[in-house]
Amino acid sequence: MISSEEIKNDFPILKNRNLTYLDSGATTQKPIQVINAIENFYKNYNANPHRGAYSLSIEATEIYENTRTKIANFINAKHREEIIFSKNATESLNLIAYSYGLNNLKKDDEVVISIMEHHSNLVPWQKVCKQTGSKLNYMYINSEFELTKEEIESKITDKTKIVCITYVSNVTGTINDVKSIIKYAHKKGAVVVVDGSQSIPHMKIDVQDLDADFFVFSGHKMFSPLGIGVLYGKREILNNMTPFLMGGDMIEYVYKQDTTFAPLPNKFEAGTQNVEGVVGLGAAIDYIEKIGYDNIQKIEEEVVQYAVEELSKLDYLTLYISPNKENHSSVISFNVNGVHPHDVASILDSENVCVRSRKSLCTATYEIFRN
Amino acid sequence: MEDLTDVYNELIMEHSMNSYNKRKLEKADFSEMGHNPNCGDEITLELKMNGNIIEDMAFSGHGCAISQASTSIMIDTLKGKTIEEAKDIIKTFIEMIKRETTDEEELKKLEDAIAFRNVSNMPARVKCALLAWHTMEDMLKNFNKN
Repeated sequence: MISSEEIKNDFPILKNRNLTYLDSGATTQKPIQVINAIENFYKNYNANPHRGAYSLSIEATEIYENTRTKIANFINAKHREEIIFSKNATESLNLIAYSYGLNNLKKDDEVVISIMEHHSNLVPWQKVCKQTGSKLNYMYINSEFELTKEEIESKITDKTKIVCITYVSNVTGTINDVKSIIKYAHKKGAVVVVDGSQSIPHMKIDVQDLDADFFVFSGHKMFSPLGIGVLYGKREILNNMTPFLMGGDMIEYVYKQDTTFAPLPNKFEAGTQNVEGVVGLGAAIDYIEKIGYDNIQKIEEEVVQYAVEELSKLDYLTLYISPNKENHSSVISFNVNGVHPHDVASILDSENVCVRSRKSLCTATYEIFRN
Repeated sequence: MEDLTDVYNELIMEHSMNSYNKRKLEKADFSEMGHNPNCGDEITLELKMNGNIIEDMAFSGHGCAISQASTSIMIDTLKGKTIEEAKDIIKTFIEMIKRETTDEEELKKLEDAIAFRNVSNMPARVKCALLAWHTMEDMLKNFNKN
């Protein structure tokens, strides 16, 4: 089993900048394996996929499309064309909101999201609800930062058409019982959008087992370069959706006044794609699989336990995590009493410790902390 | 990074923790809200004029030590000044934080606000120090229109 020391040595920036980097929830640092894969792509394979008839372009296409298959296997999608490349989770969520939400919501329908959602899984739904006359309802958390069964079942109703839920909260680290939420939502006839950005670096995802209709994540939170994300959607749903962005490579025939669109997945991938990002994402998956999720979870458990123990000793500090260990991932939120988070972050920064310092990361969630 | 005590110095800590300028004016002529969407800091400045002179100022809201102290010290600095003088001081403060001026003579007019000069070494905190000053700048622009 690879040790945490060995893993640490894979990240050049930690040594180069002498960092204690505790902000992987914002973006992870990149291991040398990912950096090398990108360098190798540009040195030996760079071309525009799907475009040229020469071998270099064909090889670039193969690399690009093979990574799609790799991602499908990684999250256990049934079909490779259910994997759509995007810029990040935010773009994936906007694609769903605009292409699915706008076309399927009617006046008085309901969209249900949790109060833990990141702005990217909140603001697009505000817009779509305003435009369609639907209502946006929130599921609230209890004092242990968890969604109770009662709360879930009182908010998801027969009027609910879309439920959006984060797998792991970026603020409290709460792991939501997404599988049960999906099951209940399906019983009520709603489709479920899962934001997996904070879960994918920490736990094995099986979209078929979850029965998620949509599952989105950003590559950069799982060791890949910035600017590459994934949208998974069930094939029959994606097939019935209209394209989000129009342009090259997503078309079938273009006439003067009309266009027919390419089939999945190209229908949702207009224009030249971030192939470097895709290559890096492929290498990041190899890296995660090399370490293994079991090992990742074991190391995280040790680190979280140690951190919580030590932080609990500080009487000037308030911790915001669920007491139920099995429902808590590796985000640790805390407040130094009477000191603004920005000031804390500046002082830690002077010791080369990088932490996130925001109270407005999710405005709605902040309201809970404040009250 | 520069020594932190250069930034979190006594004057700044004093103003951030318990500012006498954090209050409500009884009869404010103008008020303006400033907001930093990146960190959630939010202040409201209130202004009472006597002709062309800033007779009284106060603020409310919440934010980090740097933004709170910067607001309070700005109020001390601008009170009793004419609008034109205030605009000139604000311009100099912004230039100091952005390292566009280091002229000691020029910086003298900032009075206590010169305590923030080391914030220019902390790019992540520049917007905290500037929030109140930009808000005041906006308010004075509107004032001219009226």
